Amino acid sequence: MRATLSLLSSLLVAAFLLSLLLPWAPLAALFEQDRDLAWGVLAELRLPRAALALIYGAALGASGAAIQALFANPLASPDLTGTTSGAALGAVVTAYLIGFSSPIALSVGAVAGALGALALLLLLAGPRAETATLLLAGLAISALAGALTTLALALAPSPFAFYDAYDWLMGSLADRSLAQTAFAGVPALVMIVWLLRLVRPLDSLALGEEVAQSLGHDILGLRIRIVCLTALGVGACVAICGAIGFIGLVAPIFARRLSHSHPGRAILPAAAIGALLLIAADLVSRLAPLGRTLPIGVVTALLGAPFFLWLVAHMRWRLGAS
Amino acid sequence: MMRLEATGLALPGRLDETGLTLAAGEMTCLIGPNGSGKTSLLHALAGIGHPAGEVRIDGADPRRAIAARRARLIAYLPATRELRWPLAARDLVLLGGADEGEALAAMSDLDLEAVADRRVDRLSTGERSRVLIARALAPRPRLLLLDEPTANLDPLWQIRLMDMLKLSLREHDQTALVAIHDLDAAARFGDRLIVMDKGQIAADGTPQAIFAGPWIADIFGIEKRDGVWQPAA
Repeated sequence: MRATLSLLSSLLVAAFLLSLLLPWAPLAALFEQDRDLAWGVLAELRLPRAALALIYGAALGASGAAIQALFANPLASPDLTGTTSGAALGAVVTAYLIGFSSPIALSVGAVAGALGALALLLLLAGPRAETATLLLAGLAISALAGALTTLALALAPSPFAFYDAYDWLMGSLADRSLAQTAFAGVPALVMIVWLLRLVRPLDSLALGEEVAQSLGHDILGLRIRIVCLTALGVGACVAICGAIGFIGLVAPIFARRLSHSHPGRAILPAAAIGALLLIAADLVSRLAPLGRTLPIGVVTALLGAPFFLWLVAHMRWRLGAS
Repeated sequence: MMRLEATGLALPGRLDETGLTLAAGEMTCLIGPNGSGKTSLLHALAGIGHPAGEVRIDGADPRRAIAARRARLIAYLPATRELRWPLAARDLVLLGGADEGEALAAMSDLDLEAVADRRVDRLSTGERSRVLIARALAPRPRLLLLDEPTANLDPLWQIRLMDMLKLSLREHDQTALVAIHDLDAAARFGDRLIVMDKGQIAADGTPQAIFAGPWIADIFGIEKRDGVWQPAA
């Protein structure tokens, strides 16, 4: 696992550099004309974007792995459990009340929305929910949050407010400032570091909740910590960049191949894979020859939805076979 | 000699007090009809679900011990053999808190060396049960709380497991509380029997005393006629 992790981190560094430097031609031209301006573009446009892709992707991967370990379910993830749509609703309602100008208010609103969605899910589906119950409850919460978000948009005070909110909802890493990057990055980093300290109890959950308790792990406390931490990390990222789907589902599934199915030990590789996937999706969205930049949420959904369908078919096939 | 003392355990039938003392080297079998509180008693001793009451192993509360030390004090084997993640057998045993050597020894005792690297979801039901038992036994805990350890095992393995447990209890100064439905196995392997009924301890004694008394007929509604268990007349 150590070798794979160092391979992953070198890939991550390479992807991050590519994300800074691509597309190369306009940057090179700018460097020839005006060196200071070129550095400015690099530091104020491309760096926040690459950093946001790194941190948001890592946050989605790590939180996905933690939520899957907690629910003992490979299909749990921030988007399927309604965390992301709850955060989006919280942010839209906040924006509706006080506008998009204050990132702190947006973050608080998004974190509160995510927290509400996760708490509702635990209440509805229970801590060790069967896949069907979990997906149904998550679907219901996502649908409710989505409908309320649409309602908030329909009641938007002006067409500009509507457009702003719609654009943000599609998920975008473009044109964020370094300050905004910090607003998403610091809570996300706090979440990842804290989750990494919960690896052992999360691994012991693989033996079942009762055995984990008999081994001295406080499962109720663990559950509360994971719910609060993922709401904090994912909520803060959603507040700045909008909702981005599927990374939180896909990254942990790859990561558990590296952690030999240990649900807790998958958190670190899931963070690395999530970051890698989101940087790659961002590069695709920028470099796709379509004349304009695609919303990144669309790219991850287009790539992630087929994978999810494959996963469902694969699980059905495996359940049918056994 | 280790000694387990438990007092004030809140069980479903008797909210005030259920107390229990177990001595080292002894296997105590816990018998009782479905829903009589066997699993609740094991949970209360294992500290599952923040139970009331006090548990002392050699005078200290194992439920206060940090996770790393607790695995060497108490092991709990649940009756369910369900597993959600496809871990390798060896990795699963290691999650129980044993070191590599102890895990390997426990796996070899249970004849699991050949499947050590296989995924638990690809093992037979019996092999999977033995892996879970190896997980509980590997750290050599002072107190073993086993819920139906012989379930899913073939007759030869049922006998081998119980003999192995009894030997281990004597050699390593451990004690075991084993919930079991098979009354003949309880009589054969138990040094002491505890009969549970309606959430409380109804009787406690040697197998001879328990089987000579009225409890089996009264509580289970069965009796032995012509050498086999039959519904009581």
